[in-house]
Amino acid sequence: MSRWRSLPEPTWARVSYPQIDFQDIYYYAAPKMNGAPKSLDEVDPAILDAYKKLGIPLREQEILAGVEPQNRVAVDAVFDSVSVVTTFRAELAKAGVIFCSISDALQEHPELVRKYIGSVVPVTDNYYATLNSAVFTDGSFVYIPKGVRCPMELSTYFRINEKNTGQFERTLIIAEEGSYVSYLEGCTAPQRDENQLHAAVVELVTMDDAEIKYSTVQNWYPGDANGRGGIYNFVTKRGDCRGKNSKISWTQVETGSAITWKYPSVILRGEGSRGEFYSIAVSNGMQQVDSGTKMIHLGKNTTSRIISKGISAGRSQNTYRGLVSAHRKATNARNFTNCDSLLIGNQCGAHTVPYIESKTSTATFEHEATTSKISEDQLFYCMQRGLTAEESTALIVNGFVKDVLQQLPMEFAVEAQKLISISLEGSVG
Amino acid sequence: MNVKVTTIRTAAEAALIERFPALKAGLPGPAAPREQAFATFMASGLPNRRVEAWKYTDLRAAMREAAPLAPKPDAAQTTVALKGNSPLAGQGAVTLSFVNGYHVGTEGTVPSGVTIVPLAEALGSGHPLLARMGTLALAQGDTALALNTAFMTDGAVIHVAAGAEVDGPIALTFVTAGPSAIATAARVLMVVEAGAKVLLVESHEGQGKLAHQTNTAVEIIAGDGADVQHVRLGLNSEGAVALSTLTADLGAATSLTSVNVALTGAMVRHQVYARFSGGDARAQINGATLLQGQQHADSTLVVEHAAEPGGESRELFRTIIDDEASGVFQGKIIVQPHAQKTDGRMASNAVLLSQGAAMYNKPELEIFADDVACAHGATCGALDDELLFYLMSRGISKAEAEALMIESFVGAAIDDIAHEAIRDVLHGLVQEWLKVRAARINAGAGV
Amino acid sequence: MLEINNLHVKIAGEDKVILRSLTLKVAKGEVAAIMGPNGSGKSTLSYVIAGKPDYEVMDGEVLLDGVNILEMAPDERAAAGLFLAFQYPMEIPGVATMTFLKAAMNAQRKQRGQAELTTPEFIKRVNAAADLLGIPKDMLRRPLNVGFSGGEKKRMEILQMTLLEPKMSVMDETDSGLDIDALKIVAEGVNARRDPEHAFLVITHYQRLLDYIKPDTVHVMSRGRIVKTGGPELALELEANGYRDYQSAA
Repeated sequence: MSRWRSLPEPTWARVSYPQIDFQDIYYYAAPKMNGAPKSLDEVDPAILDAYKKLGIPLREQEILAGVEPQNRVAVDAVFDSVSVVTTFRAELAKAGVIFCSISDALQEHPELVRKYIGSVVPVTDNYYATLNSAVFTDGSFVYIPKGVRCPMELSTYFRINEKNTGQFERTLIIAEEGSYVSYLEGCTAPQRDENQLHAAVVELVTMDDAEIKYSTVQNWYPGDANGRGGIYNFVTKRGDCRGKNSKISWTQVETGSAITWKYPSVILRGEGSRGEFYSIAVSNGMQQVDSGTKMIHLGKNTTSRIISKGISAGRSQNTYRGLVSAHRKATNARNFTNCDSLLIGNQCGAHTVPYIESKTSTATFEHEATTSKISEDQLFYCMQRGLTAEESTALIVNGFVKDVLQQLPMEFAVEAQKLISISLEGSVG
Repeated sequence: MNVKVTTIRTAAEAALIERFPALKAGLPGPAAPREQAFATFMASGLPNRRVEAWKYTDLRAAMREAAPLAPKPDAAQTTVALKGNSPLAGQGAVTLSFVNGYHVGTEGTVPSGVTIVPLAEALGSGHPLLARMGTLALAQGDTALALNTAFMTDGAVIHVAAGAEVDGPIALTFVTAGPSAIATAARVLMVVEAGAKVLLVESHEGQGKLAHQTNTAVEIIAGDGADVQHVRLGLNSEGAVALSTLTADLGAATSLTSVNVALTGAMVRHQVYARFSGGDARAQINGATLLQGQQHADSTLVVEHAAEPGGESRELFRTIIDDEASGVFQGKIIVQPHAQKTDGRMASNAVLLSQGAAMYNKPELEIFADDVACAHGATCGALDDELLFYLMSRGISKAEAEALMIESFVGAAIDDIAHEAIRDVLHGLVQEWLKVRAARINAGAGV
Repeated sequence: MLEINNLHVKIAGEDKVILRSLTLKVAKGEVAAIMGPNGSGKSTLSYVIAGKPDYEVMDGEVLLDGVNILEMAPDERAAAGLFLAFQYPMEIPGVATMTFLKAAMNAQRKQRGQAELTTPEFIKRVNAAADLLGIPKDMLRRPLNVGFSGGEKKRMEILQMTLLEPKMSVMDETDSGLDIDALKIVAEGVNARRDPEHAFLVITHYQRLLDYIKPDTVHVMSRGRIVKTGGPELALELEANGYRDYQSAA
């Protein structure tokens, strides 16, 4: 904490916000419940209701309601920084998978947590990560043992309820040799006039031949049309491909938050490892998004792929910022980056700031970026076939982001598609 | 929350600060613009890696000491300096020669419609066109340009009359020479009135291995419908830290073509600030850079589309990097909210010839208008193995095959020069560079 | 069915007037052809009927079944039964043709107060129409018109016309860029829909298409207005003599 106090707030991103009074945010807010909840039945029905309105997948609600669907998803729900429930724990334990809150993990598997926590994102990494390290209260912990393919999708729901809350959860996922896990993260917050701060840290570690697929659908409250209220989403996410031929894939659909400032990154340390980043960032109203990725090629024959689709509407500003670097020893490193921006309306901005650093001649980096607006001719064509202006826009936008949507698990993709349409409501004049 | 950092001046910064008051008194023209520019420098100091625009080119580290500003050379020094034959000699209809940043002579005839006044003279007499010097807001705050303004010794003020179709190139040759490392600061202002057409060629030449510190700036102001071509050749001394800035303020329906060819110098940085002030202008801005040894070259470019229709900009930067050399491309296209219909396309392609070579690309788009089509592409990698194999299978040696591929790769950036003879000279210089490289490889293979 | 009275149109934001006092009627069950030289305003007319926003109607009216459609948005006109086969069909990257077809069909059904099609019913209809027009199934899975040849795009327009079941179809130079086999398939698609309830306005530069789609009426358009109206023989006359006479007359 004392280290954090001594750091200046970073100012380099293309975002602007009033200086946050960090004394004004409750660092830890337990959800208002009577006693420790043992099951979701004890969760405030108003919260579940709000869930519904905010577009939590229907299947998720069924799980919460105790209905067992066909494709099961284990859920860890984190409300206001406290993990309230983790489902399917017993069944996962049979496969050797540990999926629980960090606080439980500290009790039950302290050696694992100590070995890995802070090893990818050190305490001193950056301003908000330092703050998180100082005050983090809970989060999810996942451990996939050697050779295990996690039998179901794991999922965490984050939700900020209390006003003036800062949410500072921490997620740690470890995939041992030859293992695989797909992890989904959903974020929601109800409407508030005040700004809330979300400063999470996510750390991923993959050993030889292991793979982690991490998907996020972020729908924090973006503030009203005049930019009042909304979440400040300053998140540090980083994966470390430590083992040979390991793989980390980030997929994100960012539609919410007043300000989003995040760069899910991959350190490609293991020989032949692969990093992927697929992103859809939608901004409308007064939202500001500054997001992208870092692909740090350290090992031989490492590959990475970046597909970023930014959509700006209203008076929003949407920036892609990314780094691809190859160090001297990263021979035969390969990167392909495609970064497209779509503008809807003439009061928004779309920006692209890639850094491409190659220190070896055998690396091949390709980067392409385009910015364009929704074509009037395409809109007219769709409308001639009977679609309304909004339906036409949604259809074209969905086509624009298709390459990324395909990376999401099916149910999430459908949900994300709806979210994008909802986020763009009112953007077509 | 923000912590005040006490500024610690480097030796070079301290030297510049100490020398400025005395130098300012001896340099021509009013002191106020120099003082203002120096204040800009004082505020930032010599840029280092923490300054975003200089992230990959640490000027503070490269300039450990500030070389003394060169005095005006005497006749003997001038004769010695001009003895070397400039590759572009004889290309200009009129050629102005500069030694160590001072005008030393003019050859040929000034074409009709053109007036040229040496800058020192213009500053001394309060030339009316000087009111337009340093007016491009986009470039204000730039440290290299500010240092040039603070220390400019001489240069030229060129005026091209409205509608004049200038016959033959206007050539400027800048030679840096002397027994020890010196600093130079030359400045050129060219005002091209509406509908005029002109080609400006600058050649920067340095001899030997000395670490000269050159800083030149060329400002072009193009009136509506003007057609301006600009060619710049950088053949600095081997140890040179060479900074150059081109600013272009483009009126409606103007056309600008600018090609920079950079070959030598230890640390060179060429900056372009181009603003589309009038609607429907067109600019083609290119760079061809060939690097070897420990060289470092930086091409930094900001293109601002600020009028409607936003016009068309094309940027093509080709970089070849051998040995332990490093290349930088930073390019930013800005489209202002009202600059609808802007069509901007920027490409930076680099070929790394050796394992120790490095390339840093930072192509940026900053777009505030919706009806635009903008794109950038950046690639870096080795020469295409398959193509190389194909050529070699036809009996061409590896070095020769590489040379062919490099020549066509870099040549694409040079080909936009309309003037055939000058284009040929530049192609020839690339071929010469490749010959030297091939000889080095062959010599190495023989050992 | 379609009635255009005294239509004056210019390009929005510019002074250039393209259509001048244009008057035209297409009756129920009629196939009318408009022929004219390049630049006579044929494509503009089709866009104005469909409601493209680039044009400004200065005067006149366009009635579909007696209702002035000029105030309607393009999608409302489509729901009212108007279809435009584009001369240059748009490519929509990332949107599968099937997805697009379903969205369009259901949007129109919704506006007409009809229930959405079930997926099996939708697929049945598309397959039937695709077979009729010789459209391979893999084309339906690809993004709409992306990478399609000129002929494939035109066939896709006819497929959409078949599925959307408009009462009034405007075909803008559907024959351009088509080889003879594709032309026949397109013509069959139109002819299959010819009946007393449907009307067509076929815009073309050449007589060739009219060998396969026999018009009831032929209009000659020049400099933004209809300058002559006649039977099918007028098309043959134009083929023989060219447009010269009409260009100077107008």
